[in-house]
Amino acid sequence: MTKTAAHTLSRQRRKPLPEGVFAWLLIAPALIFIGVIVAWPLGETIRLSFTDADLGGENWVGFENYIDLWNSRRFPDTVWRTFYWMFLAVSLKLIMGLIGAMLLNAAVPGRALFRVLVMPPWVIPVAIGCIGWLWLYNGTFGLISGIAQQMCLFDHCLFDGPVALLAGRETAFYAAVVTDVWVGTPFVTLFLLAAMQGVNRDLYEAAWVDGAGRWYRFRRITIPQIMPVIVSMALLSAIWTFNSFEIIWILTEGGPRSATTTLIVDTYKVAIGNYKFGQGAARAVIIVILLATFSLFYLFFLNKVNKHYGAK
Amino acid sequence: MVGIYIAIATFLIFMLLPFFEMFMASLRPLDHLFRSPYQFWSDDFSFQAYRDMWVTVPLLGRYIFNSIFIAFAVTGITMVFVVPAAYAYARLDFPFKNASLAIFLGVNMFTGAVLLIPLYRVLRTMGLLNTYWAMIVPGVAFLIPTGIWLLRSYLEKIPRELEEAAYVDGASRMYTLRRVVIPLAVPGLIVVSTAVFIGAYAQQFLFAITFNQTRELQPLPAGLYEFIGYQSVTWNEMMAAALVGVLPVMVIFLFLQKYLVAGLTAGAVKE
Repeated sequence: MTKTAAHTLSRQRRKPLPEGVFAWLLIAPALIFIGVIVAWPLGETIRLSFTDADLGGENWVGFENYIDLWNSRRFPDTVWRTFYWMFLAVSLKLIMGLIGAMLLNAAVPGRALFRVLVMPPWVIPVAIGCIGWLWLYNGTFGLISGIAQQMCLFDHCLFDGPVALLAGRETAFYAAVVTDVWVGTPFVTLFLLAAMQGVNRDLYEAAWVDGAGRWYRFRRITIPQIMPVIVSMALLSAIWTFNSFEIIWILTEGGPRSATTTLIVDTYKVAIGNYKFGQGAARAVIIVILLATFSLFYLFFLNKVNKHYGAK
Repeated sequence: MVGIYIAIATFLIFMLLPFFEMFMASLRPLDHLFRSPYQFWSDDFSFQAYRDMWVTVPLLGRYIFNSIFIAFAVTGITMVFVVPAAYAYARLDFPFKNASLAIFLGVNMFTGAVLLIPLYRVLRTMGLLNTYWAMIVPGVAFLIPTGIWLLRSYLEKIPRELEEAAYVDGASRMYTLRRVVIPLAVPGLIVVSTAVFIGAYAQQFLFAITFNQTRELQPLPAGLYEFIGYQSVTWNEMMAAALVGVLPVMVIFLFLQKYLVAGLTAGAVKE
């Protein structure tokens, strides 16, 4: 050991900080920052939700905003639509992610290139990807409509005229789901791929020696081994999908006739679009309560899964 | 083998289709848009839009720079908060450990859209509206939890013995963190920084259009809206600008992506 190093060490040889104090010193900056930028606004939101705040000022109205939502006809529809949106998009993201990870994990030439080509939807700004989809879905000059109009057999065309996917209620909803899946899939793929690469090779070799087929190895080795990552990915994407705003806003602004209005879009429309800050805040609080309840149930389930698969 | 290639090709077509469509759109002359029947290709396709876009939106170069600058600033500041906190959660035992971790992860449940109005007031109180900070500060807050979550699982994999050896030699806790743990964690830091950078780059639209009115400071996604004029929308130039605008980050990502998969894998290996 050199002289300077020894000197440094002896200089620093004093009574070490207690672990608890040191740990709190380490997390305090992040916690304070989050407190100011997230917790304070959250407290404000809760307070505003009990007022009729708008551009003209604010008065305390108690639970009126919540009672209005409870009695509203459209609000329950919005809640169900949001859960349906979340369930559908998350399932598809997980399925696509699993398929993608398996394909990119296969030992074929060109694998490194394929891995790069999957990532762009995740790397570019969401708003820019949405502009591309906006164009694809366009009835007049979009590629999808263009192809659909070419689907003709003996002078009988499947569609005569433009196919404007974002104009119909049903098609707009599913078109938005497809875009959301497109944005979310690379992230899930990447994490599942990493998890698959972490699976111990010996397990596969042992199974192979025992004569297990490809499907059997996938079902009995890969899936159980990466299960903890699958379930945590599912929760993370569920929360992100529930709160997915930009995609819907850019594609449809919640229309046509509310077909794609999820809770977060509704909140934005009420609070920012119509300047009803109080009513918007009540919706925001409901989002937080619903997500917190959902997450708690999910974490309870996660614990059981982890125990079942013997993970920590 | 052929089956796998067909499946990969199908998967990639889905992932890359919008980019292909944007590229084709950027080549189309404007009067081409409303031609019927639909044309996949015609002879008047050109790269004219890639020249004209710089004239239509003179600040385009600035917008591209702003996007990247904001993403880098968010990443740097986020990591300063994330590294010590992630270490505490990975290694140390302290009162309210789980409760405080739950607070961080709970932040994941909010997006900017839920808290927009009070956030606007907070930023106004701090005098940050219409500055770069108006877009950087909320970005950092919403990325800290993800950063902690990712880095913590990576740090847990670093062998404890090295730190213990440092303590035996009389090193302080801070010294050990700086000189032993952080150098060992470099691959993990690259992975987490890349993930944070992408998060910061991908989601600046909402904060930009809400908290910033200064044109010179707008990031690319907000700046693209300038192609929507009063008279006509120059779609082809907008598409060209979008593609050129994301190019620098795609190049950076190309260099970092191999660390990303390798680093995530290292973090996922069980002890």
